[in-house]
Amino acid sequence: MKKTNIKKLLAITGFILASSLINNSAVAQQKNDPKFNKMIQDSFRAEGIAGLDRIDQDATQKFCSDTQFANSKKGEAMRVKIQKINMDTIKQPSDGKYIGDWKTGESVAQSGRGATWTDKADAAVGGGCYNCHQIDPKEISHGNIGPSLSGYGKLRGYSQEIITYTWNRINNSKAYNACSNMPRFGHFKLLNEKQMQDVMALLLDPESPVNK
Amino acid sequence: MADPMRVRAAENGGTVDVKILMKHDMESGQRKDAAGKTIPQWFISTINVKANGKDVFNGQFGPAVSKDPFLNFKYKGAKGDKITVTWNDNKADKRTDEATVS
Amino acid sequence: MQRKLTLGLATSLVATLLTMTSSVFAQKSATDDIAKYREMIADGNPSELYEAAGEDLWKKPAGPKNATLEKCDLGLGAGVVKGAAAQLPRYFKDTNKVQDLESRLMTCMQVLQGRDPQEMIDAPFQKGPKKDMEAIVAYVVTLSKGDKIKVSTAHPKEKEMYDLGKRAFFFQGGPMDFSCASCHAENGKRIRLQDLPNITEQKGAAMGWGYWPAYRVSSGQFWTMQQRLNDCYRQQRFPFPIYGSDVTIALSMYMAKTANGGTVETPGLKR
Repeated sequence: MKKTNIKKLLAITGFILASSLINNSAVAQQKNDPKFNKMIQDSFRAEGIAGLDRIDQDATQKFCSDTQFANSKKGEAMRVKIQKINMDTIKQPSDGKYIGDWKTGESVAQSGRGATWTDKADAAVGGGCYNCHQIDPKEISHGNIGPSLSGYGKLRGYSQEIITYTWNRINNSKAYNACSNMPRFGHFKLLNEKQMQDVMALLLDPESPVNK
Repeated sequence: MADPMRVRAAENGGTVDVKILMKHDMESGQRKDAAGKTIPQWFISTINVKANGKDVFNGQFGPAVSKDPFLNFKYKGAKGDKITVTWNDNKADKRTDEATVS
Repeated sequence: MQRKLTLGLATSLVATLLTMTSSVFAQKSATDDIAKYREMIADGNPSELYEAAGEDLWKKPAGPKNATLEKCDLGLGAGVVKGAAAQLPRYFKDTNKVQDLESRLMTCMQVLQGRDPQEMIDAPFQKGPKKDMEAIVAYVVTLSKGDKIKVSTAHPKEKEMYDLGKRAFFFQGGPMDFSCASCHAENGKRIRLQDLPNITEQKGAAMGWGYWPAYRVSSGQFWTMQQRLNDCYRQQRFPFPIYGSDVTIALSMYMAKTANGGTVETPGLKR
């Protein structure tokens, strides 16, 4: 009788130990792996405008490539740090103008071109916004990787706070969400200031179809 | 001769279902290449299908038909019929392939 | 009394249906129609043309050694093509590495036919020696159609490739911070109107791994898995993945193993 009880106790303890170990190992940051690094280095070559510098990860990319740690409780401190690093790099518009032309903004949002190895260096880069977002409700060909932006200004209002927040978000979404799926359009100079001002108008001009 | 077609024909209840896959670029003449030059027209102009030597299908394709065309039609026939498919294109190239109705 | 209630219910139901935004309707019917279109064109997959050409190339003497590929070992023994693609990538003793279908075919072309793999690696997709490769790939994968995806990680090098591939799947890079996971790690996501399989789970992995190589109607081209991966990396704004490089094989290993148990539906037909 006693033997089975001890066995049961040992089994339960073992289980608790094992599960806590698993939990802990799942939360540790993934280790640097020289074999992996070498594989990445040796597997790519430069082509067109896409150089090998593109596989040199910055702190944000390194952190967000480790999704388990990035999403864990232990990763929270680092998340806050990454958000601050990104926020600190954001520049407000050089001419002080936040809102451009929404019609042009719509073209920027529609275009998914640019920055690939088949694109020329001087080719305009699009925002690719419809790839992930609903924006003008008339456009049915939109993705759902990001939230819907229909009614963006109408729902939030047109205060300076919202305007600045939106500008920052387009420039560098990772200032607010360390591992946001959204590219850092200002940070990597994918969009220039005018393009971003025009996308701002698409979202925050009361006359834009987004807000009608 | 051009690349071979894939011809399949199966009979069921007195009706033969013919399926033909053709390998052809079918250039409309409207497209431009990376350098901006127009890619010249090149398309199948006519297609003819005979069963046991008798015409069962005649078609005029053209620049509106897209690349690697797939043609599917039915005719009244029997197992063992010999199907012969011939296409001609606007560069005077042609292709003939045969199949037996199963 | 009951009649009035049912009428009331019916009217409110109709009203609710009518107030559903037209864009939701339009979208649902757009994706439904795309599915219907796919069903309609499933018969007459131009991949068959490539498969026929591939079968000829398999049996035709080529290269400096003027030999056929009929003795090529794709993992199930010399010359055994049936069912081989469903079990790739796998470890090969003679090369002492894990290989996917295309890198293994390059080995066979080199060893049996004396063809230089560097020529194949350097050729642009859809051109030159790669045209032969695409046709042969179409032929080989057709002979696994309907089989279950069954790759093993029993060999330590296979397990290593799987782990490297899993890590590569989440590796962010380029000016848009994209990794494979940016698009392929969640259920129910789509880019524009293109549904994205969640490759981190069996069902999604089988949707991806089981349906490529495929004929892409939009470009009128047959794309092998290497070309599919190459164009993914292009869209991710990465530099160019070398043909048959380790990252492509590692990713293939990760996807295939995750897809295990799914059905091989290749050669597929895509928009």
